[in-house]
Amino acid sequence: MSRVRVLVGTRKGAFVLTADGKRDKWEVSGPFFAGWEIYHLKGSPVDPDRIYASQSSGWFGQVLQASTDGGKTWFQPGGGTIPKFPEKISNRFVYDTSDESGKPLTTHQWYDGTQHPWEFKRVWHLEPSYTDAKTVYAGVEDAALFRSTDGGESWQELSGLRGHGTGSSWQPGAGGMCLHTVILNPANPERIYIAISAAGAFRTDDGGKSWKPINKGLRSEFMPKPEAEVGHCVHHIAMHPAEPDVLFMQKHWDVMRSNDAGDHWTEVSGNLPTDFGFVIDVHAHEPETIYVVPIKSDSEHFPLDGALRVYRSKSGGDEWEPLTKGLPQKDCYVNVLRDAMAVDRMDDCGIYFGTTGGQVYVSPDGGDSWQAIVNNLPAVLSVEVQTIP
Amino acid sequence: MIRPAVVRVALPYHLRNLAGANSEVTLEVAPPVTLGRVLDALEARYPMLRGTIREHDTLQRRAFLRFFACEEDISLMPMDAPLPPAVAEGREPLLVIGAIAGGCAEKATTA
Repeated sequence: MSRVRVLVGTRKGAFVLTADGKRDKWEVSGPFFAGWEIYHLKGSPVDPDRIYASQSSGWFGQVLQASTDGGKTWFQPGGGTIPKFPEKISNRFVYDTSDESGKPLTTHQWYDGTQHPWEFKRVWHLEPSYTDAKTVYAGVEDAALFRSTDGGESWQELSGLRGHGTGSSWQPGAGGMCLHTVILNPANPERIYIAISAAGAFRTDDGGKSWKPINKGLRSEFMPKPEAEVGHCVHHIAMHPAEPDVLFMQKHWDVMRSNDAGDHWTEVSGNLPTDFGFVIDVHAHEPETIYVVPIKSDSEHFPLDGALRVYRSKSGGDEWEPLTKGLPQKDCYVNVLRDAMAVDRMDDCGIYFGTTGGQVYVSPDGGDSWQAIVNNLPAVLSVEVQTIP
Repeated sequence: MIRPAVVRVALPYHLRNLAGANSEVTLEVAPPVTLGRVLDALEARYPMLRGTIREHDTLQRRAFLRFFACEEDISLMPMDAPLPPAVAEGREPLLVIGAIAGGCAEKATTA
């Protein structure tokens, strides 16, 4: 019988939650890296026991961790031996300013409109390759995309993204200028989607050498030019692996979809009570079934009326239904952050999300009913799920 | 032949955990004993600490960390300036201290 492993990143460490296919009895292990912010953990599709984790701290900066036994033990890639300085250091993310790349881009727009140097702060998202367990992508703040091909021992920037032409006009959102979404295409390794707050969505069709903005159809009223090529605060994007040209986006405001790999977007917020939110995800077996968690904004960032509701659309958007069974329907004022929703691949697809109140919820029946796996973790930053044969 | 000095360095809790070290580590440092040489020796002995005390490449001290020696803040001391003799001779530790947040479990239980 298959089982599931849920990887939870929190403000104060990482947790691994495991259960069999029934998903009703859970074992909780952790905290790992207690006291550190764990922005994201994700396992390799090639080798599920290989997991990468982003560990960071305002005091001590970025640390990269990996496990090769499914999260039981962890190590810093290359950290057990003297690194071949400076090339082999797992937490060294250096922006490419080389003449060879032709992209010596060193500044972006700051909050006040002035130009500001690119400064590495942390890794927001780790996306392991579909084809090679030692290849993994890292989306970082200040926004850039890095790739490692040696299991995280060293990182090289895919500098064509920052250097494609609009980089100097990108600016940070309230959470910093972060590259938070990396979507690989299992059928076409050359195509990668990424998203940045607050610059927008971008796509490469040549494995990361060249990039272009894919923001046509997005409209952001807070911008001087609401339909500008870049500057949109994209919160998250989701894709079903079987339909890699269909994308779903939760923007700062608006839920959007694209049927042409991001070339054009249309709004599908439909009857949502508010179209603000952070997470969005797609059912594992139904590419037109999607999930969001509407959040009250501006700035409140908690569920409407204190009632935590997931909304599901079985039509790829526009028509939404609230899912409430098992979720608190009063006095709930948590948030669900952008990387904190995931789905498993069991026959009855399980949906998971974590809250800033420290709950991780599971629905083993596609959203019809929910139960809390844990109630009192530190604020949850990210949730990923592995389905283990 | 000049013998290396044995220098004591006290690390904050999270860096001790990261390094798998005790609260205080001892390092052999070739004289003259400077802050830069002590940090070089620390990072050579514990490579997992690279980038956590000072930035890669620029080697600038991370903003929320300070260095103290003999009760003096030496955070702004040039990296190639000699450390006080008491630290260079191992009688006093070099303290690496993070900006204050939280507390210390050991002290709380003994207070």
